[in-house]
Amino acid sequence: MTVESGGAVKAPPIETPKRGLRAPAGTLYRGTEGMWSWVLHRITGTAIYFFLLVHVLDTALIRVSPEAYNAVIGAYQTEIMGLGEVALVGAIGFHALNGLRIILIDFWGWATQHHRLLFWIVIGLWVVLMIGFTPRHLINVFSH
Amino acid sequence: MSLTQEAPAAGNDVEEALKPFTVTVIIRRFDPETMEEPVWQDFDVQMFPTDRVLDALHQIKWEQDGTLAFRRSCAHGICGSDAMRINGRNRLACKTLIKDLDISQPIYVEAIKGLPLEKDLIVDMEPFFESFREVQPFLMASKPAEKGKERVQSVAERARFDDTTKCILCAACTSSCPVFWTDGQYFGPAAIVNAHRFIFDSRDDQAEVRLDILNDQEGVWRCRTTFNCTEACPRGIQVTKAIAEVKQAVLRGRA
Repeated sequence: MTVESGGAVKAPPIETPKRGLRAPAGTLYRGTEGMWSWVLHRITGTAIYFFLLVHVLDTALIRVSPEAYNAVIGAYQTEIMGLGEVALVGAIGFHALNGLRIILIDFWGWATQHHRLLFWIVIGLWVVLMIGFTPRHLINVFSH
Repeated sequence: MSLTQEAPAAGNDVEEALKPFTVTVIIRRFDPETMEEPVWQDFDVQMFPTDRVLDALHQIKWEQDGTLAFRRSCAHGICGSDAMRINGRNRLACKTLIKDLDISQPIYVEAIKGLPLEKDLIVDMEPFFESFREVQPFLMASKPAEKGKERVQSVAERARFDDTTKCILCAACTSSCPVFWTDGQYFGPAAIVNAHRFIFDSRDDQAEVRLDILNDQEGVWRCRTTFNCTEACPRGIQVTKAIAEVKQAVLRGRA
């Protein structure tokens, strides 16, 4: 029973360069919610760390001179920084909520089994918080 | 498959189903003697939906390119030799059916990540087995069993660690862990699973020793609960849950 006779083989036509040798990069690991929540947790954590570093430095300027402090803190009042604050609050909000999720996963068997559901609950809560915060904040930023 | 063949009423559908179709498999090849970097190479194979990725690799090795190197032993999901990354996820080639993959796209097959690549789909498993040995995965009972008797264990006591007895040491979990990719010193999920199997065994008396080993900087605390291991395990072990239980046992100081 051969299929060479040109019958309707169900396989879709695949167009690929024959016997081609391609670029060496490996595929991205296709993890699920758990992996992506970890990636987001890392990114937001690192971003918050760098913000805090800068924020400690600019606050420390008060010891250099009040004028220098005022100049730098004044920069926070600009529109671009206002948008940056949305990103900051978003990052802290996600990091905090996902941190609670991780604590639950570590200490509560039910949470370990239902970590995906918890991830989407985290995302849901985060969206609600951001909907509450962002319009009010942006109105303040852009109405000055 | 034989069931479908015997069904008389299905007629043409059966004929259709029995025809093999072309599947493109793209394999990440590496030959340490001639190559600096691995490369992707395509192969076209004729597959039935009920075939496995391992059958595709066999067809390539036996009929197209005998230099393709991969491990497999039992080919039935027991020995744990053929863990590889199939379409971006760690799977056993012998347990992954063609029909469960999206064959409108090529199938990408590469070696598992985080262990030294030796050739094509073969990695050096020694660092993996070294971590396994370090957790002392054998029964350590302080007193001998009653004369002429075995060590008695209740059904509940046996059930406590049943999940982690299923491990076949294929390394699919450990090599799916982002922490392990960047920090090869981490014990990894498989070693912790096999420690769990004895830590929670009522017949074993040395849980503290293993908890002490895993209460290391490179021990259970490296786990970031990405759940890649749980998702990758071909035996369906709840790996992350087992790690969480060991974490709690470390905090309590006992099993």
